[in-house]
Amino acid sequence: MSEQGPASTATHPPGVVDGPIRVVRNDVVPPRYIGRWITTLVLLLVAVQAAHGLIGNVHFHWAVFAEHVFSPQVLRGVWWTLLLTVAAMALAVPLAMVLVVMGESRNPLLKAVALGFFNVSATTEIYTQLVFWGLFALLFPRLSISIPFGPELIGVDSRLLVTPAVAAVVGLGFNESAYLTEIFRAGFRAIDRGQTEAAQALGMSARKIWLRILLPQAMRTIIPPTSNETIGMLKMTSLVLAVPFTLDLMFATSAIANRLFLPVPLLMVAAAWYLFITSVLMVGQYFLERHYGRGHDLIVSKGGPM
Amino acid sequence: MHGMANVPAVEMRDVHKFYSDFHALRGVNLTISKGDVCVAIGPSGSGKSTLLRCINQLEVISAGRIFLDGELQGYREVDGRFHTLSPSRVANQRRRTGMVFQRFNLFPHMTALENVVEGPIQVKGVPRSEARERALALLERVGLHGLGSRYPNQLSGGQQQRVAIARTLAMEPQVMLFDEPTSALDPELVGEVLDVIKDLAQSGMTMMLVTHEIGFAREVADDLVFMDHGLIVEGGKPQDVLNSPARGAKPGAFLSKVLA
Repeated sequence: MSEQGPASTATHPPGVVDGPIRVVRNDVVPPRYIGRWITTLVLLLVAVQAAHGLIGNVHFHWAVFAEHVFSPQVLRGVWWTLLLTVAAMALAVPLAMVLVVMGESRNPLLKAVALGFFNVSATTEIYTQLVFWGLFALLFPRLSISIPFGPELIGVDSRLLVTPAVAAVVGLGFNESAYLTEIFRAGFRAIDRGQTEAAQALGMSARKIWLRILLPQAMRTIIPPTSNETIGMLKMTSLVLAVPFTLDLMFATSAIANRLFLPVPLLMVAAAWYLFITSVLMVGQYFLERHYGRGHDLIVSKGGPM
Repeated sequence: MHGMANVPAVEMRDVHKFYSDFHALRGVNLTISKGDVCVAIGPSGSGKSTLLRCINQLEVISAGRIFLDGELQGYREVDGRFHTLSPSRVANQRRRTGMVFQRFNLFPHMTALENVVEGPIQVKGVPRSEARERALALLERVGLHGLGSRYPNQLSGGQQQRVAIARTLAMEPQVMLFDEPTSALDPELVGEVLDVIKDLAQSGMTMMLVTHEIGFAREVADDLVFMDHGLIVEGGKPQDVLNSPARGAKPGAFLSKVLA
């Protein structure tokens, strides 16, 4: 940057800046990126070849792809896959938050419960867990609150409560919460201890310190890996077959593929939709990161201070 | 309230602090009268900061008693036993003191103005518009007029520390605690922060200050205490403590280093 003199409102001649002192800028010649041009050329060739190999290839049955990519059965699969992803994450995120606070609590009982939950959810694998939740209604036919060894107070038939959709969401959500707990814990641990002390010195309660001081700062480091987990969750929904839950995108496309004996175009349908949804999610991630990066990434807010 | 004028703002009686085996405070007695400025000096690790942090219960004392305005801090004493106060009660007691940290500890996700209004709104329940008005006046008082919408990382160290002082003042504390407020600052920024502190001292605020700025200590202190190995080894009027080579070799040796 150069100091601008009061008289220098006119446009400058190139290379020369008017000011209290006349400065002649260095005449800089940028380096030649010959390697870049060569790579571009090679990649372009590869891309054309690949496109040709895909588009012109009869084995991909693009007509079948076009026929099914917006078919009602596929669209319903997209809708359910999105719903499962959102619902499972909506269960996992608050659960993980509670588990982190429990884990950091001074109450030894809460700590033990958090650790126990983490161990069970993180150390058994997801397929088994989904099968278990699918069988829940058989294993525990009636859910009730009752006096131990005494009469039942309220009860409900498990089949009404734990439907396949609920089993899928609970299975995916509980499993995910274990991983999110670790991500969140790392986020909170990374905050300087002085932040808590400054808030305590103001007389803030523990709850307010978590919500107003620590959480917003942890979000900055939590969001990128959590978005990653959300994208992972989108793809993990294809496992709900284990429940069995049969309305998601992957099940829908394989059902059509089995009927037509044409697996490849329907795999491409599923892949195209996963690609599209993931891209949309990444746009959301960008805006979230920008919001919670305030005060760190030097973004000047457009509005007033409050 | 214990409103009597002769009750000291801060009174420490035989305060000890252990960090597992390390005896950080070894029986400290200290009284700060209302409106007085008490400055603690001494070598690193002598317990100055620990002492300060015990006053607002960022550290839990191991033995002794601390009173603020006559009220025992952290405990309710019944029949010689100390019953720990609830966290909300402790949070309430902390509102009587304000603390300014060596490393500022501003909330980085909030603007300067948001930092200053946070305590009044969230802790005292002051209406937002009123808190905002007062915060703007405080920022002006510490010489930061027009910088309220800046985030901490857009401010210099000296400006950040002055926001921290405004944030503390916004809670209207009875006692202000300063923990080496200029130690993390570039030399040319020290003066602007010391000016604000001096101004506060002259306005009659009760303060305790831990610092290495001996010249400043001499200027603002009503009482100067010299700490070493967890004890107050000298205490009194600044000129008496600083100009007494006859009394105890410790302060003399320390002062010759920091004044050299």
